[in-house]
Amino acid sequence: MDRIRTAPPRYWLVAVVFLFFFGLPTVVSSFVAGEWAQALVLAIAIMGLNILVGYSGQLSLGHGAFMALGAYTSAILANRFHMDYLVTIPIAAVLTGVVGFLFGVPALRLSPLYLALATFALAVVTPSLIKRPAEFTGGVRGILVAQPDPPAFISGAFTTITGTVMTSDQWIYYVCFFIAGLLFWLAWNLARHRPGRAMRAVRDAEVAAAASGVNIAGYKTMAFGISAFYAGTAGSLYAVSLGFISADTFPVSLSIQLLVGAVVGGLASIGGPLLGAVFAYFLPIEANQWVPSQTWLPDQVTSTVKNAGPAVSYGVILILVMMFAPTGLVGVIRSGYVLLNRRLRAASDRDTGQVPPDPQTV
Amino acid sequence: MQEFLQLVVSGIATGAIFASLALALVLIYNAMGLVNFAQGEMAMFATFIAYTLVARGVSFWIAFPVTLVLAFAAGTVIQRIVIKPVERAPVLTLVIITLGLATLVNGVAGFMWGYVPRSFPSPFSPESVDLAGVYIGYRDLSVIAVCGLVLLAVYLLLQRTTVGLTLRAAAHHPDASRLLGVQVSWMLALGWGLASAVGAVSGMIVAPTLFLEPNMMQTIIIYAFAAAVLGGIESPLGALVGGLVVGVVVSLAGAYIPNASDLQLAFGLLIIIGVLILKPNGLFGRAATRRV
Amino acid sequence: MGLKGPGLAGIAAGLLTLAACGGSAGTTTQTDVGITANSILLGTTNALSGPAAAYGTIANAENAYFTYVNNNQGGVNGRKITFKILDDGYNPAQTVPLTKQLVEQDQVFAMFSGLGTQTQTSVRDYLNLKKVPQLFVATGATTWGKDYSNFQWTLSWQPPYQGEAHIYAKDVLQNHPNAKIGVLYQNDDYGQDYLKGLTDGLADKAALIVDKEAYDVTAANPFAQLTKLKAAGVDTVFLFSTPKPTIQSLAFITAGLHWEPTIYLNSVSSPQVYMGIAKKSGAALKNVTSVGYIKDPTDPQWANDDGMKLYKTVIANCSTCNVLDGFNIYGVAVAYTMVDILKLAGNNLTRANVMKIASSQLNESNPFLLPGVKVTTTSSDHFPIMQEQVITWGGTGWSLQGSIIDERGSIK
Repeated sequence: MDRIRTAPPRYWLVAVVFLFFFGLPTVVSSFVAGEWAQALVLAIAIMGLNILVGYSGQLSLGHGAFMALGAYTSAILANRFHMDYLVTIPIAAVLTGVVGFLFGVPALRLSPLYLALATFALAVVTPSLIKRPAEFTGGVRGILVAQPDPPAFISGAFTTITGTVMTSDQWIYYVCFFIAGLLFWLAWNLARHRPGRAMRAVRDAEVAAAASGVNIAGYKTMAFGISAFYAGTAGSLYAVSLGFISADTFPVSLSIQLLVGAVVGGLASIGGPLLGAVFAYFLPIEANQWVPSQTWLPDQVTSTVKNAGPAVSYGVILILVMMFAPTGLVGVIRSGYVLLNRRLRAASDRDTGQVPPDPQTV
Repeated sequence: MQEFLQLVVSGIATGAIFASLALALVLIYNAMGLVNFAQGEMAMFATFIAYTLVARGVSFWIAFPVTLVLAFAAGTVIQRIVIKPVERAPVLTLVIITLGLATLVNGVAGFMWGYVPRSFPSPFSPESVDLAGVYIGYRDLSVIAVCGLVLLAVYLLLQRTTVGLTLRAAAHHPDASRLLGVQVSWMLALGWGLASAVGAVSGMIVAPTLFLEPNMMQTIIIYAFAAAVLGGIESPLGALVGGLVVGVVVSLAGAYIPNASDLQLAFGLLIIIGVLILKPNGLFGRAATRRV
Repeated sequence: MGLKGPGLAGIAAGLLTLAACGGSAGTTTQTDVGITANSILLGTTNALSGPAAAYGTIANAENAYFTYVNNNQGGVNGRKITFKILDDGYNPAQTVPLTKQLVEQDQVFAMFSGLGTQTQTSVRDYLNLKKVPQLFVATGATTWGKDYSNFQWTLSWQPPYQGEAHIYAKDVLQNHPNAKIGVLYQNDDYGQDYLKGLTDGLADKAALIVDKEAYDVTAANPFAQLTKLKAAGVDTVFLFSTPKPTIQSLAFITAGLHWEPTIYLNSVSSPQVYMGIAKKSGAALKNVTSVGYIKDPTDPQWANDDGMKLYKTVIANCSTCNVLDGFNIYGVAVAYTMVDILKLAGNNLTRANVMKIASSQLNESNPFLLPGVKVTTTSSDHFPIMQEQVITWGGTGWSLQGSIIDERGSIK
């Protein structure tokens, strides 16, 4: 009991988040589970971007291109070579990781701004590159990805708990949840061990890190590789959760959406990508639905917002969120927690008359 | 040969369009070390203002300066409202805000004016000049000429005036500038105002050939970004040359890549990135120093 | 896992109750999900934001027609139509969750006039599996009618791009048998379908096409491609491009290249408003041919036409719609067909019956289409509109040439 009480609050947080995501499909409808599956997919891709941008300090405006590569690898393997979709996911991830690693080599030569341009260029040309060779990629007609049915023992368990038959959307949700959990755990380990420290050292003081014997080129390209590995995994899951991919599935706006998620969530943190993904995924969907459906608002407001269209709501919300959380949602939560903690401690210190201990650094 | 020359000439004409917007990007970058992704949308919006004025019977020559003043004011106001509260935030936060701004301005323009393209009045004839079988339109020439004038103005402002010097000082050494009594924050607002006005010039001068609608600048901003970076991002002359180079490269790529003319942008960007790998400071950029 | 409880399971089960178990038959009427005694719920996804936002007005125009029917005719047999419009930004990744939302959460009776080929392909399997009508998708890709046997819950409405291109092929063979054809096309399903239709239509004369150049939507203009076409000795240009590149091309051909080829425009880009802009930008517009099937609101020849008057009355119900925008009359016209089908279904307002009428029993005269063009489907033909008429530009406006050409049965 004592041990649990003294466990750092972040473990409690992880447990709550885990339970939330684990239980979600049992209380929401199938299509909502499908939406959250896609939010988790974005979380994986954003975590990859976070490793690159947040931890290693290199900018990418084109991670949608890596998602496209992962998605098409899986879709083509499953569709043309009739492989089990789940088997194609690691293949897509590794292939994309290798490509990302190779992309990272010339990227070393580029200053941050040029890297931004190079990756942006990649995102811009992705849809037209996908269109060929059309026999292979399906061209503009796209590829249908058959959504797998859940294995019997899992759907059986699901039915026992909820009393309803498990849909493929719900099964895919759990696949995404499992993989996202695994990759977040890996990222967390990476961040607090030697590679993470080395990457941050390179990011904050490149010359100093080199002087201390950190292999700068190695860590920078490695960050690109790992980042692309995450994006490739996400792409593969994106394809199966959507059931169809085509050139238009990977527009520039996807890469922008990922960057928005990474920054809004909070860079160089583990929770940030998850929060950022939920924000970046649901913002465009809710931007034109939430306000018009609010009955307590005056009719004139709702109809104006509706007529003005989703782009206006999207822009306003994004700007406001960034103004009030310039270091991301995680930054807000952190400072809120610190503030709360100080007050609570101060209160308990007054009760017991004890001197407050040094704030613990986790 | 004539075909080649025609491609180069139309490439230059198109490149001038990119250059005109790239100049605005360079100004903002000089003022605060940021690429403003909303620059194109702000230029489009300013052009709609000019269009509305002209449609109400105002002469083009009056609508033009009035729009410049309005665009300058709007740029300053935007900086005061959405940028100033977070001007010390990480640069990526500011980038995301400009992306949000781009979406917002685009949406508002769509709401107010719809998406049907409009023909924007031009004081220049739509005809073209014959240069020994190669043609260039008067309107294209006007874009090139205006680019040159804007370049000159920006150059004189940044290099030859106290305001320009203060502007650059505030951007590069904000703390030192503050110690010297410079109102750094207002300098940034001034930078936004100027960039917005330059963008408005760009919008009004290219609208007759691009046709005015909310998405007019959506692809142009990509090329302008590439042009500004190729030119060395801080150099106005670089932006102009970069724009023309991008225009010509993409034009030639569109004609000479066999069976893949649709990949002209991909090919053009590949060349630009190749150049940047070989010449890491851009065509006109200064070598960056790295701080420990 | 304390989140679970029988109560919550009950809610989940309730939410999961789907279309399939509809058909809560009243005393005399057969109905389905999305239909009540006084309402019909339809849903759509369209591009209200993003690069294709110009099309978004179609959904608003459709809504304007439904509003008109609700207010002036008391709805369809006493049922008022509610039309839920969601924005997918022309991105299939958004279309999928939004369509599932409309079907599973909002419980629409049918999806109506979803925009875009890739976006609508992304939900075709799903909607067919759920047996939800995917009626009159707003795209002219050939696949909708051609693959009807595999997807019997999906139909398009407008003439397929390939059928239109067949008409151009006929016209070129008849009027310019020795043409040197050059094609400018957008490298997506739209441009490629047109190109295929032209090639098929020319059949053994396909060698008349001496050059074809593609451009991407990210291109600032298609000038390089046009320069190439001129240099290849082309004397007949086909523009299979969206409105903006088409206007740019028309201006550049005259002013930029001093070139006077015969020009064929596709029907998407031929509304008079675009021709006006091209003219102001210096286009000569000599020997320009296109085809039409719908009345152009910018064309003065329809000023006193009853259909056009009705259109203007209808579109007044939409505050954001530009009356001169050709996309809006398209929206009103396709909504007109939808309402006709709902009327025909009468008291048998089930998804299956509506699909049956739409796919095989249509024979509608639509006041917004060119005189003589009918919306028709039979048990063996699932392309509702297959008649178009050649139009040529006479300097100030389009004039109809010859008679209506029927391309029914020409798409294999």
